[in-house]
Amino acid sequence: MEQPQLKAQIMDEQAMSRALTRIAHEIIERNEGADGVALVGIVRRGAALAPMLADEIAKIEGTRPPVGSLDVSFYRDDVSRRIAPVEFGTDIKFDVDGRDIVLVDDVLYTGRTIRAALDALIDLGRPKTVQLAVMVDRGHRELPIRADYVGKNVPSSHEEDVRVSIRPYDESNSVEIWTRPVA
Amino acid sequence: MAYLLKRAHVVDPQVGLDDVRDVLIDGEKVAAVAESLDAPEGAEVIDASGKYLVPGLVDMHVHFRDPGFEYKETIETGARAATHGGFTDVATMPNTDPVTDNGAEVRYQIDRSRHAGLCHVRPIGALTVGEKGQTLAEIGDMVMEGAVAFSDDGHGVQSAGMMRTCMEYVSQFDKVVSAHCEVESLTTHGVINEGRASTRLGMFGWPALGEELEIYRDIELCRMTGCALHIAHISTEKGLELVRAAKAEGLPVTCEVTPHHLFLSEEDITDAYDTNLKMNPPLRTAADAAALVEGILDGSIDCVVTDHAPHAPHEKDCEWEIAFFGIVGLETSLPLMLTNLVLPGKMSWSRLVEVMAVNPRRCLRLPEVRVEAGSTADLTLIDPAAEVTVTEDWLQSRSKNSAWLGATLAGAACDVFVAGRHTLTDGVVTPVRRVLR
Amino acid sequence: MLSVKHLIDTTSLTADDITQILDTARSFSEVNKRAIKKVPALRGRTIVNLFLEPSTRTKSSFELAEKRLSADSLSMGGATSSVVKGESLADTIETIDAMNVDMFICRARLAGTPQKITEHTDAIVINAGDGKHQHPTQAMLDLYTIRENFGHLDGLKVAIVGDLSHSRVCGSLVPALKTMGADVTLVGPPTFQVDDPDYYGVPQTADLDAVIPEMDVVYMLRVQLERMEGAAIPSRREYNRLWGLDMARVNRMKPEAIICHPGPMNRGMEINADVADCARSRILDQVNAGVLTRMAEMYLLLGGENNGVSA
Repeated sequence: MEQPQLKAQIMDEQAMSRALTRIAHEIIERNEGADGVALVGIVRRGAALAPMLADEIAKIEGTRPPVGSLDVSFYRDDVSRRIAPVEFGTDIKFDVDGRDIVLVDDVLYTGRTIRAALDALIDLGRPKTVQLAVMVDRGHRELPIRADYVGKNVPSSHEEDVRVSIRPYDESNSVEIWTRPVA
Repeated sequence: MAYLLKRAHVVDPQVGLDDVRDVLIDGEKVAAVAESLDAPEGAEVIDASGKYLVPGLVDMHVHFRDPGFEYKETIETGARAATHGGFTDVATMPNTDPVTDNGAEVRYQIDRSRHAGLCHVRPIGALTVGEKGQTLAEIGDMVMEGAVAFSDDGHGVQSAGMMRTCMEYVSQFDKVVSAHCEVESLTTHGVINEGRASTRLGMFGWPALGEELEIYRDIELCRMTGCALHIAHISTEKGLELVRAAKAEGLPVTCEVTPHHLFLSEEDITDAYDTNLKMNPPLRTAADAAALVEGILDGSIDCVVTDHAPHAPHEKDCEWEIAFFGIVGLETSLPLMLTNLVLPGKMSWSRLVEVMAVNPRRCLRLPEVRVEAGSTADLTLIDPAAEVTVTEDWLQSRSKNSAWLGATLAGAACDVFVAGRHTLTDGVVTPVRRVLR
Repeated sequence: MLSVKHLIDTTSLTADDITQILDTARSFSEVNKRAIKKVPALRGRTIVNLFLEPSTRTKSSFELAEKRLSADSLSMGGATSSVVKGESLADTIETIDAMNVDMFICRARLAGTPQKITEHTDAIVINAGDGKHQHPTQAMLDLYTIRENFGHLDGLKVAIVGDLSHSRVCGSLVPALKTMGADVTLVGPPTFQVDDPDYYGVPQTADLDAVIPEMDVVYMLRVQLERMEGAAIPSRREYNRLWGLDMARVNRMKPEAIICHPGPMNRGMEINADVADCARSRILDQVNAGVLTRMAEMYLLLGGENNGVSA
């Protein structure tokens, strides 16, 4: 089997940081402030991005929106047996009812994860609005889902992997495109 | 009809023969045995080179279910299975419905077997009425109608006092009591050997002691009454030691073992719960099986029997605890002995003939059959090069509950003669629609 | 992914299998604390609860677990070996199987029944207790309860006390605990002891008082009154005096030691009422763990069949 090959790095640490700052501004603008906004990161890397985004919002607004994490394993239509380890499971300590919830994920691709996340979120309560922030949108949607906030649009083929690396899970903060191993 | 078997390897320890011979069968008798014979006019010549000719095999412990359970086996289908397995004689246990506990039932079996025109069926009569262990059966009546031995097989006589009465009564006839040894108060609900297997599979155990205690009791009753005792389907090392000790004392005690207790053990029962491994007595430990093999080789065990126990599919294709006990065995007995003991060189051909032909006849007080001129021509020709795969289609028994389905075995009977009649021809059962004498 | 297709016994489970089941059950504990205690993980899957022996607790636990996973389930019962009296197991299973079900949950009076079912269907089978043989889903909920309490299983000293020989709970709990590195001691009257403790590789004794001070977990088995044949013990009273868990014995336990019981309890026989309700008792935790671990088992065995592309 051929090993996956790094094709290109498309965002470095600085670029990701700038994108988060921009998204923070867009969230504040769209919601006319950050009151009532809560961030829910999708396990695992969305859950790592959400606190970073909250920090950016805090820098601008002075208050830090509440942050939670959402494990969508039990809601997937392609049930993977890759269940998130317990320490990364759903952890939402605030009431979602009536809030503007921003779902945060690393990569938006087919849309199926977001579909599952919407189901999971709605089982927790009735948010006022649900918005979606992603670091990378790589296209190829299979469901009518679009992101409200996008770090970078990265046109890619099915044969490629878009990898978002985020500390502390990874060695650096970056976005890379890798070719898939060919069987 | 005359048959000349050319260049057969004749094995008959009774006449000290273990060599290649020509054997002429004429009518019901063996006419001549010599190094070379010419075929008389009209005689069918059979090339027996490479094959072994032995006195007809006898299985002194089978269940033919007739009358009462003809859906499992009839005397005719049982006789077909026996013939296919190389047997000229079988002794049928009396747990039919009604129980074979009187002369009329004995006569019925003999008559039916004559119509079947295959092997000799030798009925074993019940010791007690209905095998209930309470009232002495008409043993004398059954002796006069042709019963060859007596047994309450399937239960064992629970009361020591009743067993004493039975053995005292039988002692007046020259017949053996075949004892199914099982103390039921120790084996209640038991469906598998007690110990590792019962723990592993979570079922009530059938302890070895349940068998051994009654072997001990019956040996002592043999000593007391003088009645010849034959221990049926012995399954444990300790039980065998009791028999050895009794024999050493000169008591008239013999015993038998089944191929499944020789070649299988409780370890073969996996969590698949294969009900074709459910027996009574149960498969014991590997150490017990090894001790039984030792016993059949050293002469402590007299006979190999099958305890041929046909059951219908619905009685076996179910949960272990409610499945019936026992397996069919007539057609795999000889191939198993050949495959596991004789062909690998562990057992001599003459020892095989003793345990499968000579000794059972002696236990049943049947006339001797020898490969010599003048003897009744009850003969089995064995092809050691034959290879048989046990399948439901291959089995001639009405029931297919074999523990060896799918197995390929080396060596099998190819021809059988019963009173000079060719009942198995080149592995194919050929019933003779004439009444056997 | 588990190493087994069916959950028939704990003997076939690896430590990794057991850890996966317990971890997944823990993920479900969050679901069970919510207002909407339901996820769509097994939506569209059909599960048949085939209870060939009466059972209230196990059956309701499975039914609740199925509902919380959004599976479609159907419960069938019957006191004999077949649902329709006189029908063989093979006929029963093939009839149900013809309706295209995905999973059988089977409780049976006879050992080996779940294994037999696998021979007559392609569906996945979970053993919900078979005769005296095994009760693997009980073992998993017990391990979950114990692990939640201590944070680990390895090195724990566990006494299983009571009617060992009639107990499928014992049959599956001992191998599972051994696999996870716990030390097990079997305690019971000689007439209730297992035929061959060497099969499990654990000590067996009749002396409860001697072992109680050393144990981290004292697991009291239900005396199977309905299974008792003959007089294996003289009376309830004597059983309680020699092998029942009373406060005097509880007070001799280690400070952090806990008490488990698979239920239903014979109060006043194997366990006294005040003991069942005391602070050491984890009996209600076990009931809750039953739903979580059964959700995990069904999810892991049935969940991941149509793997698609994620993200």
